[in-house]
Amino acid sequence: MSNPAESDRTPAEIDRMPAEIDRTPVEDADVCVVGAGPAGGIVAHRLAESGASVVVLEAGPRFDGDRQEQLEQHLRPGLDDPWGMGGPRDEFTSSGDSFYPLNAARVKGVGGSTLHWQGMVMRLHERDFELDSRHGVGADWPISYDDLRPFYAEAERELGVAGAMDNPYAPPREEPHPLPAFPPSHSDSIFAEACERLGIDMHSVPNARNSEPYDGRSPCVGYGTCKPVCPSGAKYTAESHVEKAESAGARVIDRARVRRLEHDSTGERVVAATYTTPDGETHRQTADQFVLGCGGVENVRLLLLSESEQYPDGLANSSGLVGRYLMDHLFAGMGGRLDRPTRQNHVGFNTSETHQFYDDAEPVNGLKLEFLNYAGPSPVIGALHADTWGDDLLGQLKADYGTHVAMGALVEQLPDEDNYVTIDPETTDDLGDPVPAVHWSIDDQTKAALERANEIQRTVLEELGVDVEWAVGPDNTGPAFHHMGTTRMGDDPESSVVNAECRTHDLQNLWIAGSSVFPTGGAMNPTLTIAALAVRLSQSVKQRVRN
Amino acid sequence: MRLTRRDAIAVLAGLGVVGGGAVAVDQFDPPTAETAETGETGDGGGDGALSATVTATMTAAAAVVYPSQTEGVADFVETYVVGRARDESRRDAMRDAALELDAIARDWYGDDFADLSADDRDSLLRELGVAAADPVADGTVSERIRFHVVNELLYAFYASPTGGRLVGIENPIGHAGGTESYQRATMLEDDAGRVERAERAGDAEDVEGSEADE
Ligand SMILES: Cc1cc2nc3c(=O)[nH]c(=O)nc-3n(C[C@H](O)[C@H](O)[C@H](O)COP(=O)(O)OP(=O)(O)OC[C@H]3O[C@@H](n4cnc5c(N)ncnc54)[C@H](O)[C@@H]3O)c2cc1C
Ligand code: SF4
Repeated sequence: MSNPAESDRTPAEIDRMPAEIDRTPVEDADVCVVGAGPAGGIVAHRLAESGASVVVLEAGPRFDGDRQEQLEQHLRPGLDDPWGMGGPRDEFTSSGDSFYPLNAARVKGVGGSTLHWQGMVMRLHERDFELDSRHGVGADWPISYDDLRPFYAEAERELGVAGAMDNPYAPPREEPHPLPAFPPSHSDSIFAEACERLGIDMHSVPNARNSEPYDGRSPCVGYGTCKPVCPSGAKYTAESHVEKAESAGARVIDRARVRRLEHDSTGERVVAATYTTPDGETHRQTADQFVLGCGGVENVRLLLLSESEQYPDGLANSSGLVGRYLMDHLFAGMGGRLDRPTRQNHVGFNTSETHQFYDDAEPVNGLKLEFLNYAGPSPVIGALHADTWGDDLLGQLKADYGTHVAMGALVEQLPDEDNYVTIDPETTDDLGDPVPAVHWSIDDQTKAALERANEIQRTVLEELGVDVEWAVGPDNTGPAFHHMGTTRMGDDPESSVVNAECRTHDLQNLWIAGSSVFPTGGAMNPTLTIAALAVRLSQSVKQRVRN
Repeated sequence: MRLTRRDAIAVLAGLGVVGGGAVAVDQFDPPTAETAETGETGDGGGDGALSATVTATMTAAAAVVYPSQTEGVADFVETYVVGRARDESRRDAMRDAALELDAIARDWYGDDFADLSADDRDSLLRELGVAAADPVADGTVSERIRFHVVNELLYAFYASPTGGRLVGIENPIGHAGGTESYQRATMLEDDAGRVERAERAGDAEDVEGSEADE
């Protein structure tokens, strides 16, 4: 007899599942980590390695085996989402001026959203930690760049970052990246001509992607499908940390959906996480310390679902700010055609960016610009969607491929209390729990920064002689899938949810790992900062683990 | 422009089928009692009649959906289709779709699909609505033919180095090889070694898997 959670899986997925997996709780666990993305994976590995008894509860499945199935699901129309997102388990609602496509913005599974991610990883700038003091906007972090700097270096080793010291705008660093940067693309060299004339400095992109063999994983061999799937294993996914955590003795329970955290009678400590497994059973995992690594939306949902008589507004929410200050990075882009070959879509990642405008005060929002290596359609995908074939199709594909160029950009959104995540009591998931509700709008200041990004992009493209064919800017922008800010970090329990160590102000043994703790988000992709904070948090938790 | 078996092998390597050259001609035939017992569906069991029909139908469809200047279609399609059929669920669905197409050809045009003229094959597919149909693996007959016949063939063609090259990209996404080519200003004229690279990538994955198991 199948239960609801089981029945939304494909037969192939069910076949792959070992018949009997023990999903019962671990006795005497020191640490319970919820979520097996990079945040949870790194914490679990670090703590297991230090000798703690660690259990990881992960809502999604393990995606074992080769990645060919996901590769084909990505390339061929008519197949399911490669990572199985979007079923009744993942329901959500969206309100506010801008629709938030939550299920495109995350993955549930061992590895978390890094299964799908692109893998650009850069450090935040010094100013990102002190935006309020420097510019009177946003908020200051309770820690500085210098506090995080050694952890950034560790995070780069953890993720295996390929990068170079060629970026004059990057914050100070004392050592090279663990792997050499990927060389610039031919397309970059086309942009370089225009940028040279315009005085714009191009530099390499730090990538969590092996330019050489690293950490037991293959070097990049150029499948060109990085997002959403790297069949060679060259792109970092948090599966590496989960595997290492298991080797160090951690127990990882997949398809274990944590639904409530229970606290003791004093209301000062969490005592258990209750979770439901595919057989419909609900279990209770006790532990000494609890670390949430569910991503910027589900961290909030779990805290709010864990309301009690003592905490009617949800756990760790004495400030009333759990879920508030949702931020994302906004995308700006522009592209068109040149009258020469531009060699796009050979690889699925970028090799050049410019951070030259990042620290500008006008606009104050951070912004970074990317030179894309995947502009325009890929012929394979074009062919599979076409409504003709034979010579007709070949003619279409030839006309469509070969001369596209494009630039992208990420723009900072400042924290605003009116952008928030909460739970929607009217809509429930397949287990009967209220779903996450995202309320999100894009303010005028962010729109002005998008405008500025477009202006620079247009200058570069016109200098190159490109016929601009499309633009994504203030009116049609979308999120970069980096949900941040919803359990913000701060020293004052009235205006923040976690302290500088990432421990909740309200509960002594409840920690939060991930971008939900960011008070501001800069315009750099968040995961290197998530990893650095996870390494740092592991040290603090380690000191608290009994014995 | 000539497609080769090596092109097919490169695409298969990208899909995780390594060593796709070793073909079993009667892959598509129903298992005999003997092979069913050992679980080796197909190989060496039937008399090859069904397989011949499937391969002929697929090849005849390829001749229509591929650009007219393409040579070497039969070898390419046979290698690809047989390699692809190692995935049992795909094999059965592809066989069923090809046989349905063949049956419709006899019904509407009075001959096996493979024996129709190229124009009639093209018209038949278009009349069936296959050009406009969404590819759906278990959809209506047109949707299934779009998925298991037309898109399967188009994927094999445009993901292959020779097919990609025709459009201007020697390393289309979907299999290994882009790490050098993305840096080059033009397509390399000499493409020897590309299959080797694809095969190496397939091997590398095996090696990587075993390392992870340690
Ligand atoms: C398309 C895309 C591209 C991206 N590109 C980049 C990029 O280039 N650079 C970058 O820095 N970032 C990128 N990101 C963002 C990056 O993936 C995330 O920042 C990162 O994965 C967050 O790590 P995390 O561990 O906090 O959360 P996640 O990786 O989201 O993992 C959270 C895990 O928790 C599990 N979970 C949630 N709720 C529960 C529960 N109640 N019980 C048990 N388990 C639960 C989930 O199933 C999931 O596996 C991208 C994201 C997407 C979607
Ligand atoms: S191009 Fe992307 S998908 Fe291909 S091997 Fe490199 S990292 Fe993986």
